[in-house]
Amino acid sequence: METIIEKSLEEAFEEKIANEIRIEPKDWMPEQYRKTLVRQISQHAHSEIVGMLPEGNWITRAPSLKRKAILLSKVQDEAGHGLYLYSAAETLGTSRDQMVADLHSGKAKYSSIFNYPTLSWADIGAIGWLVDGAAIMNQVPLIRTSYGPYARAMVRVCKEESFHQRQGFEIMMTLCNGAPAQKKMAQEAFNRWWWPTLMMFGPKDAESPNTEQSMRWKIKRFTNDELRQRFVDMMVPQAEFLGLTVPDKDLRWNEAKNGYDFGEVDWEEFWNVVKGNGPCNKDRISTRVKAHEEGAWVREAALAHAQKRAEREAVNQA
Amino acid sequence: MDLHHKPTVDLQGYSPELRALLFDYTLQLADTSLILGHRLSEWCGHGPILEQDLAMANIALDLIGESRSYYQYAAELEGQGRTEDDLAYLRDAVEYKNPLLVEQTNGDFGDTVMRQFLFDGFHYFLLKELQNSPDKGLAGIAAKSFKEASYHVKWSAEWIIRLGDGTEESRRRIQKALDNLWIFSGELYTMTDTEKALAQAGFIPDYSGLLSQWEAHVAKIFAEATLEVPQNVFMQKGGKTGRHSEHLGYLLAELQYLQRAYPGLEW
Repeated sequence: METIIEKSLEEAFEEKIANEIRIEPKDWMPEQYRKTLVRQISQHAHSEIVGMLPEGNWITRAPSLKRKAILLSKVQDEAGHGLYLYSAAETLGTSRDQMVADLHSGKAKYSSIFNYPTLSWADIGAIGWLVDGAAIMNQVPLIRTSYGPYARAMVRVCKEESFHQRQGFEIMMTLCNGAPAQKKMAQEAFNRWWWPTLMMFGPKDAESPNTEQSMRWKIKRFTNDELRQRFVDMMVPQAEFLGLTVPDKDLRWNEAKNGYDFGEVDWEEFWNVVKGNGPCNKDRISTRVKAHEEGAWVREAALAHAQKRAEREAVNQA
Repeated sequence: MDLHHKPTVDLQGYSPELRALLFDYTLQLADTSLILGHRLSEWCGHGPILEQDLAMANIALDLIGESRSYYQYAAELEGQGRTEDDLAYLRDAVEYKNPLLVEQTNGDFGDTVMRQFLFDGFHYFLLKELQNSPDKGLAGIAAKSFKEASYHVKWSAEWIIRLGDGTEESRRRIQKALDNLWIFSGELYTMTDTEKALAQAGFIPDYSGLLSQWEAHVAKIFAEATLEVPQNVFMQKGGKTGRHSEHLGYLLAELQYLQRAYPGLEW
């Protein structure tokens, strides 16, 4: 009996997926679908929060008041994205506290790109232009992802991300049109961020364990390699426009495929950064853990005060 | 997208002396907002709760936006072709005019909240009056900033109450913050020669009136938070006339680094 019910639930679910009908929090869903989503959405939320750190590193050193305000507001947007992504994940039955604990213990992952350091002001331009550009490429298809709350969160995230990318490009353009020292700063940042950005699309399709099922469930809409190719095709002309040299000796136009051929990502570096051996993995997590631990007394106080208040109100009403 | 307000004021009727006074005072307001906004921005990504990370960034953004409006207006008053960035990035600590309170380091969240609370009350009552200044430049910036300060004053008061009337630890921490920072509160109300002259000419309010409103606000919130105001404190001053704590030099070294290392470039 139970298996029959389960089967019909699963059929109803598959039918919705096939017909592009959104899955909502109260709908039945396969356990694995739920798990995959919690993993992906919380990973995305963590990336926003950890991602605040490399850019936040330059807020106090931004070179003009206008740049300072824009950067601060950008990093603040990321905190906002983190908030609504945590909320979207919470609709699947996992609490924010649990997700944060998983980040701090190393159980949950976040985008590896944030394990690279920001060493000059041009890095702020490069991150906006390249990293946010790659994020948009990854995220725009998620507006059509099958899980409703995630798809809706992504509408807002993507809108703000495209503003971020424009400001990153604008910083790069100002530097590239500026003094030789600024142009050099831009090229140097580009050299460091290009390859890690290509890694943001994840392992090659052949080595991506989650891709096939995620595509079938329409959580994912394009494969890693498809998105990486699109990104390269989009960015190379932009780099040329800026007068920057792409740090890839194997890069060349391929007329037959109407796209660029490009060199091999350093997969050994990729897997090492994923495993925790990147330049900033330890710093990033210990910074987050420190903020959390040092904030414990504040959260406890807020809770204690709210309780006292509720008790007093109860007495007053009695 | 510029979020700040750019005043355009007819300065023709002003004497050179009045312009100099207004320049000096506007610069003081600009420095005060910038330094406090900068300090708050140091919290970004490190807050105790994500929601408060957002709140502090919001206040920092308000203050930095406000400082830009003041710097732009100061540059206009000066009429020497300097820009907002020249004023913020190319003056040394001795030329900065912010009160000592706002340059104090962040400490823990309680120290930051207390610094903010002591300032917010002053800021709120000052802007409320400054909106009526006959100087249209200051009045315009004050009107816009007053709306923001009304939010800030509420935010910091709520946190003072929460931390004071929270746990034993939070009360101990916030009381300690009060004990450490109270000494800097007097300077907010000690008028410099510039402030006295402008108050006398009716361009800014006399601070004694602001002080009594602030005292009532502070007393009310501290009572609710069960905090005790330190008694018989010798009040520090000096920031508004360029004598700062050691903290400001480091803050400016960071803030001004790129403009100093690569002079004269566009960013």
